[in-house]
Amino acid sequence: MADVKKIATRDSYGSALKELGATAENLVVLDADLAGATKTATFQKAYPERHFDCGIAEANMTGVAAGLATMGLVPFASTFAMFAAGRAFEQVRNTIGYPHLNVKIGATHGGISVGEDGASHQCCEDFALMRSIPGMTVMCPADDVEARQMVKAAYEMEGPVYMRFGRAATPVFHSEDFKFEIGKGEVLRDGTDAAIIANGIMVPEAIEAGNMLAEAGIQVRVINMATIKPLDEELVLKAARECGKLVTVEEHSVIGGLGEAVCALVSEKSPVPVKRVGVNDEFGHSGPAAALLAQFGLCADNIVKQTKALLGK
Amino acid sequence: MTPEEKRSLQLTAVSVREGILTSTHGAKAGHPGGSLSSADMFTYLYFKEMRVDPGNPRWEGRDRFVLSKGHTAPGLYSALAQRGFFPVEDLPTLRHIDSYLQGHPNMNTVPGVDMSTGSLGQGISAAAGMAKGAKFLNKDVNVYALLGDGELAEGQVWEAVMFAAHYKLDNLCVIVDINGLQIDGRTSDVMNTEPVDAKFAAFGCDVVKIDGHDFGQMESAFARFHANQGGGRPTCILMKTTKGKGVSYMEDNAGWHGKAPNDEEYAKGMAELAGARRALEV
Repeated sequence: MADVKKIATRDSYGSALKELGATAENLVVLDADLAGATKTATFQKAYPERHFDCGIAEANMTGVAAGLATMGLVPFASTFAMFAAGRAFEQVRNTIGYPHLNVKIGATHGGISVGEDGASHQCCEDFALMRSIPGMTVMCPADDVEARQMVKAAYEMEGPVYMRFGRAATPVFHSEDFKFEIGKGEVLRDGTDAAIIANGIMVPEAIEAGNMLAEAGIQVRVINMATIKPLDEELVLKAARECGKLVTVEEHSVIGGLGEAVCALVSEKSPVPVKRVGVNDEFGHSGPAAALLAQFGLCADNIVKQTKALLGK
Repeated sequence: MTPEEKRSLQLTAVSVREGILTSTHGAKAGHPGGSLSSADMFTYLYFKEMRVDPGNPRWEGRDRFVLSKGHTAPGLYSALAQRGFFPVEDLPTLRHIDSYLQGHPNMNTVPGVDMSTGSLGQGISAAAGMAKGAKFLNKDVNVYALLGDGELAEGQVWEAVMFAAHYKLDNLCVIVDINGLQIDGRTSDVMNTEPVDAKFAAFGCDVVKIDGHDFGQMESAFARFHANQGGGRPTCILMKTTKGKGVSYMEDNAGWHGKAPNDEEYAKGMAELAGARRALEV
C-alpha cells in the first residue's frame, strides 16, 4: 500500500461535522479543550456559534450533551476515547444511555496508535465499556470514507451512539461510492478457509493479511465489522458456517471488544474455533504508532501467523 | 403573596407530604427525609413558579425541572401527582415491580419528569445543558435544578456551575436543599460542604439564602432569579431546611434518609399532617 492516500479518521470526523453542519441546523458540537486534537476545530471554524467548549470537564460535558438533546438538538460530544468512555462512563450510562437520549459521542485517539503519549492515553477498553450499555450503538470506522459516512448515519439515526476515531493517518481503501450502513458488515475479500473479522485501522492490515495468505494458498474471507453493536449477526454466522474458523482483529483489548462479541455469538449459535487478535490484557506504552502496532501484534504479519496457527499450518 | 395564596400553598404542601408518606409506606422503601425537606419547594415550583401543562407534559415551551438529588423522587412524584400529571392514587405503587414510578426519576416512564436522575452530581449538568439549549434556540425557558447539600461533595457539581457561569446561563436556577444531614450523619461531620454561599458566589452565581419552608421568602428569591435574566449570571438559591419536616419523629434525623415508615409510624405521621391541615383550615 505504498502509494495509498492516508488520512486519520479524526480528520474525517472534523470534516464530516463541518459538512453536515451546513444543512443540519440542530447539530451542535461539544469539546473538552481538545478541539485541535479531536478536529472539531474544523467545525468550530465554520460554525463557532454551534461549538461549545466545555473545558477540561468531561463528566459535565456528557451531562450537558444530555440536556441539549432533551431540547431537540443533536449534540456531538467529543474528546479522547479514554475520557469519553472511561472517565465519563457512568455519566454516559446514567444520563445518556438510561434515558436513551439522542447524543452522539465522537471519541478520538482510540487504541495504542495514540503512540508517544503512552498508556494513560491509549484507550483499549472503550468498546467493552460502551457495548455494555443497553441501547448504545458502538462503531469504529476503517478509513476516511467510512468515517465520514458513519458520522452522517449517526446524525440521521435516533438514539445514543459511540464512535471511535483514530489519531494516526491510515490508508483510505474505500472508493467514494461505498455505502455505509449501521449494523452491516462488509465482505472485502471472499474465501472459505477461514474468516478474518476486523474493524478500525486493523482492516487494512486484515486486507493485506488476506493477500499474503492467498500467496501461501490459503483463501480467507476478510470482513470489515465497523459496527460492533448491534453486531451483524447474520454475516458473522454465515462466516462461521462457511469458513469454519474465525480470526478477530481489533485495536482494543481482547477483553470485551469485537472479539468477545463474535465469540459470544458463535458459541451460542454456531460454535467454531475463534482466535482473538488484539491487545492482550496489558497496558501499552510510549513509542511511534507503527512500531507499537507491530510490537503488539496488531499487523498483517501477526494476523497471517495467527490465522495459520488456527488452521494448523 | 396574599395570605390566602400562602395558605393555599401550605395546604398543598401538606398534601405533598402526605403523598411522600403514602408512597414510601407503599414502597416499604425510599427516601422520605430529603423529600420532606424539599416538599415546600416542590410545591412552590409546581403550583406557583414553573410554567407547565399537566395535560401536555412534553409541551416544548415548558420550564424544566431536574431533580439532581434524584433519591427524593417521592417528593417530586407527589407534587407532580397533586398537580395532575398522573393519579395521586398511583403513589403507593412507588418502587413496585410493575409500576411506572421508578425508585429514582425516569423521564421515559413518569409524566412530568424532565430528566432521569439518581446518580448524584449529574442532574445539574443536564440542567445546564437544557439552559444552554434554550439560550441557543432563543426559547423563553427557565431551568430549575434541585440539589442536596451532601451532593455538593460531587466534583461534577462544580464543573457544571463553572459551565453555567461561563456561558452566562441566567435562565438557570440552582436550588440547594441544605438540611445538613446525609446518609452517614451530619454533613459537617461526613464531608463539610460549607461555606456553600461563598463557594457558589466564587463560581459566579448570584446567591440568595432563604428559609426553605417559607413561601414568602421563596417568592422573593424567584423574583430575584427573574430579575437576574439578562444579567448573565445563574441564580443559586440556598434554602435552609429541616430534614423530615412536618413529621415529628423524622425531623432532623439522618436515620430517616432512606427508610420507609412502618404501619404504625405511617399512621402517626398521617395524623400529624391531618392536624396540620386542620390548623390551616381554621
